[in-house]
Amino acid sequence: MTATKTSLSAPTQLEVPTRAHVIRARKRKKIALIAALTVGALFPALPVVWMLSSSFKPNGLIFEYPPRLITEGFSFDAYVAILTDPEKLRFFFNSYFIAGSVTVLTLFVAVLAAYAFSRYDFKGKRIINVVVISVQAVPPITLLIPYFGLVVVLGLYNTYPGLILTYMVFTLPYAIIMMTGYFNTLPRELDEAVKVDGGSPWTALWRVLVPISVPGMVSVGVYTFMIAWNEYLFALTLTRTNDMRTVPIGIQLLMGQHAYDWNQMMAMSVLGCIPVLILFLFFQRYFIGGMTAGAVKA
Amino acid sequence: MTHPPETTEARAAAPLATAPASAGSGDGGTDNGADKTRGGWRGRRSYRGTVAPYGFLTPTFVLLLVLMVTPITMVIGYSFVDRVIINPNSEFVGFENYAQVLGDPVFFKAVSNTAIFAGASVIAHFVLGMGFALMLNSPMIGNRLKAVYRAIYILPWLFTVAIVAVLWRMLLSPNGIVNFFVTELGFAEEQIAWLSDPSLALPAITFINIWAGYPFFMVSLLAGLQGISSELYEAARLDRAGPVKQFFNVTLPQLKPIIISMALLDFIWTTQQFALIWMTTGGGPIDATEMVSTYTYKLAFSTYDFAVASASAVIIFLLSMTLAFFYVRHQKSRD
Repeated sequence: MTATKTSLSAPTQLEVPTRAHVIRARKRKKIALIAALTVGALFPALPVVWMLSSSFKPNGLIFEYPPRLITEGFSFDAYVAILTDPEKLRFFFNSYFIAGSVTVLTLFVAVLAAYAFSRYDFKGKRIINVVVISVQAVPPITLLIPYFGLVVVLGLYNTYPGLILTYMVFTLPYAIIMMTGYFNTLPRELDEAVKVDGGSPWTALWRVLVPISVPGMVSVGVYTFMIAWNEYLFALTLTRTNDMRTVPIGIQLLMGQHAYDWNQMMAMSVLGCIPVLILFLFFQRYFIGGMTAGAVKA
Repeated sequence: MTHPPETTEARAAAPLATAPASAGSGDGGTDNGADKTRGGWRGRRSYRGTVAPYGFLTPTFVLLLVLMVTPITMVIGYSFVDRVIINPNSEFVGFENYAQVLGDPVFFKAVSNTAIFAGASVIAHFVLGMGFALMLNSPMIGNRLKAVYRAIYILPWLFTVAIVAVLWRMLLSPNGIVNFFVTELGFAEEQIAWLSDPSLALPAITFINIWAGYPFFMVSLLAGLQGISSELYEAARLDRAGPVKQFFNVTLPQLKPIIISMALLDFIWTTQQFALIWMTTGGGPIDATEMVSTYTYKLAFSTYDFAVASASAVIIFLLSMTLAFFYVRHQKSRD
């Protein structure tokens, strides 16, 4: 399928037309790729666009026929309704407070455990490692029934620590595995240098390894945050009062309360994902800095 | 070494993707991670014979002991007694609760629904994730454009399950936008009740789960793609391998460990999905979308039959551990 003969001069030189072909073929390929990417992007984007659009509609026009992207009653009313309701703001606060705490605590505990796995040989290491990996597969529903009683006995029912500690059980194994992997990529000479200077393993960990592991910790942290932020089953079961509940439960409550305030549900969904989006975009940039810093050879 | 913008871009994406990509393995997600592993900690002496590692592991031990081992032991105990929790004088009944679960056709329906739901999700996650990752990894488009597309493709990942559930309830509602297009384009005569038609509910929630879950796969594969040495492709080109051949002879084999880990992990996690089903169909209509998780939840918190629910929970636990066994074995073989 050669697009025959270009009108370019110098017929003696074979090189010139071929190169023109190559460039043109490459350009065509590029356009095809961008077209494919754009069509593919409709799959994730369309529902989100519709969510945004619906959040600005009056509730009565959500299912209007034929549907329009922007209706007459375009307004921020749904957002105002959410943002002026202290109970709903509390859901947001709870979600971020809990997810934030889970992230910080998980990273702290995981870094300690990962240091042991990465830098020490000890009795039972293999078994403990297998346990940590397989714990990831324990179904939450298995833990749910005894959990309720257990959390009540521990005095953690309907409290922040109850949810935070519960979530850590699910975030910790993954964080440990990831951080161990990350530490394993860092040369042992770094710790040795600290030891030569008379420092303890503790100093080596916090003064040397942790600072250069920031990119790894950020990705583990973002991931941990997402798990805690997404959790629904335990948030539903381990809380009793609305002042302890999180955004996922808040959205569900909106479904029952008044007969389906779709525009408010969509507004709350949009508000709920904006901070995650910012976090994501912010750290995406952060990675660049972290990686170039990490790339400097010791 | 100065990195052209292209490389910086690649690096920017890699660590983010590291998270899912290299579960349990030593690769740091970046190219320089690989060679460090080789000359790194392995094969050198470790601090031996101290109690220090146990000290470092104490917080993990305590947490897992109290909030993982204890409840698992408790639920196993519950599953062997009658009318647990409700009746303080419950008595040992052996395997009676298990017999009741295994004699319930709904339980088997739930197991088969879960398997279909998870299996179809994982396959679709892989296909979409791979396709999108390959496109996003192409050197033909600029970094800015790539970053924009990447952000769009990752979008579904940023929504919590509760949001995904209400969003799709709206989209798939009988008067919703999906039905508008389906009827306008002539695929159907009248509005379709996607989530309340017994024959469509399971495909519908599977579709929702595919939409929500593919970015996780995509991001991991993207990181994996960036870790493949370009020399391998150059060698393949010297052998006159076209793009398709390169994909099957270089890309796929190189990504195989990541793909297997991701698929197993995704399968395990999808079988545990509760919120999405609970908030869209609640396991219905009748038992068309009943999953092992919703089945157990209903036994416990709708009928308060905690003993039978515990037996069901233990069965699910054993099934999950079987899957975990393969996952662990795979991870070990990677080390």
